[in-house]
Amino acid sequence: MSARDFAPDDLQPETFAFSDETMTAARTHIAKYPPGRQQSAVIPLLDLAQRQHGGWLPKAAIVYVAELLEIPDIRAFEVATFYTMFNLAPVGRHFVQVCRTTPCWLRGSDDLTHACQKHLGVGLGETTDDGEFTVIEVECLGACVNAPMVQINDDFYEDLSAEKMVELLDALKAGREVKMGSQDPRRQTSAPATGPTTLVATGEV
Amino acid sequence: MLSDKDRIFTNLYGFEGPDLASAKARGDWDGTRFLLARGRDKIIEEMKNSGLRGRGGAGFPTGLKWSFMPKESDGRPSYLVVNADESEPGTCKDRDMMRHEPHKLIEGCLVAGYAMNAIAAYIYVRGEFYHEAMAVQRAIDEAYEANLIGKNACGSGYDFDVYLHRGAGAYICGEETALLESLEGKKGQPRLKPPFPANAGLYGCPTTVNNVETIAVGPTILRRGASWFASIGRENNTGTKVFCISGHVEHPCNVEEAMSIPLRELIDRHAGGVRGGWDNLLAVIPGGSSVPCLPKQICDNQLMDFDALRDAQSGLGTAAVIVMDKSTDIVAAISRLSHFYKHESCGQCTPCREGTGWMWRVMERLIDGRAEIEEIDLLEQVSRQVEGHTICALGDAAAWPVQGLIRHFRPELERRILERKKQAA
Repeated sequence: MSARDFAPDDLQPETFAFSDETMTAARTHIAKYPPGRQQSAVIPLLDLAQRQHGGWLPKAAIVYVAELLEIPDIRAFEVATFYTMFNLAPVGRHFVQVCRTTPCWLRGSDDLTHACQKHLGVGLGETTDDGEFTVIEVECLGACVNAPMVQINDDFYEDLSAEKMVELLDALKAGREVKMGSQDPRRQTSAPATGPTTLVATGEV
Repeated sequence: MLSDKDRIFTNLYGFEGPDLASAKARGDWDGTRFLLARGRDKIIEEMKNSGLRGRGGAGFPTGLKWSFMPKESDGRPSYLVVNADESEPGTCKDRDMMRHEPHKLIEGCLVAGYAMNAIAAYIYVRGEFYHEAMAVQRAIDEAYEANLIGKNACGSGYDFDVYLHRGAGAYICGEETALLESLEGKKGQPRLKPPFPANAGLYGCPTTVNNVETIAVGPTILRRGASWFASIGRENNTGTKVFCISGHVEHPCNVEEAMSIPLRELIDRHAGGVRGGWDNLLAVIPGGSSVPCLPKQICDNQLMDFDALRDAQSGLGTAAVIVMDKSTDIVAAISRLSHFYKHESCGQCTPCREGTGWMWRVMERLIDGRAEIEEIDLLEQVSRQVEGHTICALGDAAAWPVQGLIRHFRPELERRILERKKQAA
C-alpha cells in the first residue's frame, strides 16, 4: 500500500467549483452509467478536478465531487487517497514520474532518476523552487519494451538515457516542442530499433 | 515462424492509421452483421472450438467463459467489461492494440457483447494510458457515427453501447473483481468469489471481464474460422499471441507470434538475441512479473505456451518476456518486484498487506547478504503463507517471484550471506 498525506491546511483552498467547461465534461462522464449509479463517475470527476486545479486535488475539490455525485464525502476521500494518480498536494508544472520497476531498472532507470535529481537539484518527491518540476519514482507504467521511460504529465517519453533525460528537461523548461514516445530516432513505437521483423509487407493482407 | 498472413494485428506498430477507414482497409468491420447473424450459440461454439484461452494471464478458455452468461435475462441487464488496466510489469501489448488497432477492440466488444447478450461494454483503461484512452474514445465515436455500435448496431437489430472508463493508477484493478469495484466508483479492493461476475458482477448484474487481446482477436477468429486459429500452436495452447520482449536483449520489442514458439527462437529472431549472445543469458521471467523466473538451462529448450511453462513451474501469464543477462543482480531484480507488490497491495487481506512488505524487507537484506542462511527457508515458508491465503491472486503473484528465485538461485543467496560473514570475520 502507499500512504500519502494531504497538503497542509495553509495550502488548502476554502472552496472549489467546476468551471462551465469542466461541468460539461463531467456530465458526459456521468451519462455513461445507469441512473442511480453515478458513483461510477467519481474517478473521472476527480481527474477533471485535478486537471482544473493545476495537477493536484485539494480537499475542497474532493468534497465538491462527492456532493455533485450525491455520495457521502468519505466515499470520494477513499477513492482520492487509494488511487496514486491523484495528487493530494501540489506538484510542479512538469510532473516527472520515473518508472522504477524491473524491466526499466534493467535498462538503466536509476540513471534517469539520478540525472533528474542532479540536473534539477531536488530529491524524490520534491519540487524545484521555480515550481517547474516535481520528480518522483513510480511503479511500472506499461511501456516495458521502450525502457527506460518516464511519464511527464500525460505524456510518455521512452528509450531514454541520462543525457536524453537532461535534454528533455531543458527543452520542457525552455518551452520548446518535444516529441512524445520513443526518443530513439530509429524506432517506430514498439517495433525493434533495427526495423520490424514482421509485417514487412503490410498492406498486402 | 508465424507468417504475416496469419497475423491478426497487422498494424501493431502503428505504421498505418488507427482510424475507421484505415481499419476497414485492414479488414475490420467487414461483414460484422453476418458474424452476428450466426447467432449466440454458434459464436460461442466457434470460440470454444478455436481453443482461445484468455490473454490477460490466467488462460481460462474464452468460449467457456462466455457460455456462463445467462441466456435469458431475469430482468437484470448483462455487461461486458474489457480489462485494459494493463499494469503487469513487462507487459505493454494492450497498449499497442488500443493506440494502433482500436477498431479491432470495438468490433470485438460488439461481437462478444452480442454473444453474451450484454447491453453494453465498459472498457477500463489504466489511467496512465491517457493517449491510448483517447485513441479508443476516438474509435468509439467513429463507430457510433457509422452506426457500427449503438442502436441497431451494424444493422443487426441489436442495440449495444460501448463506454470508455479511465482508472487512476492501481495495479490491483487488473484483478477482475477489483476492476468492477473501481468501475462502481469505489476503492479497488477485490471481492470474494463466489458469487462469480457471470452471476453478480457490475452493479450486481451478470458480467464477463475479458482482456483487451482476448476481445480484439474475436472477430478475426470468427471470420477465418476456429480451425485456422486452432491450427496455430500446440493442442490446448492455440492461436497467435502478442509477446513483449524487454530487458537485456539487443532490440526490445512487441511481436505477434505463434503460441508455443520456442523462447530462444522468439528472442533471437525478433529481439536481436540476448545482449552479448545466448550464453550470456542468466534468467528469463517468461510471463510478466508475477511468474517465477527460469534460469538459462531451462530457457534453452523452453516452449512459450500455457502448458509448457506450467510444466516448468512458471507460467505464460501475459507473455511478457523479461530477459536478464549475466550482468544482472538477480536478487536486486526480484527485490524490485517485491517492492512493486508491496506498493500495489490493496491492503485488504493481512497476509498480503503485511507479507508483501515483510518479503521485500528480507529481499533487500539478501541483496548484500545481511541475513542468516536459515532466513532463506523462512522467506520461502512465509511466501507459502501468503500464497493462497488472500482473496485475490496478488498474494500469489508476490510470492511466486520470490519462490522462483529461491528455487533456482539458492546457491547465489547463500554465497552472498557467507561472503558477508567472511568479510565481517
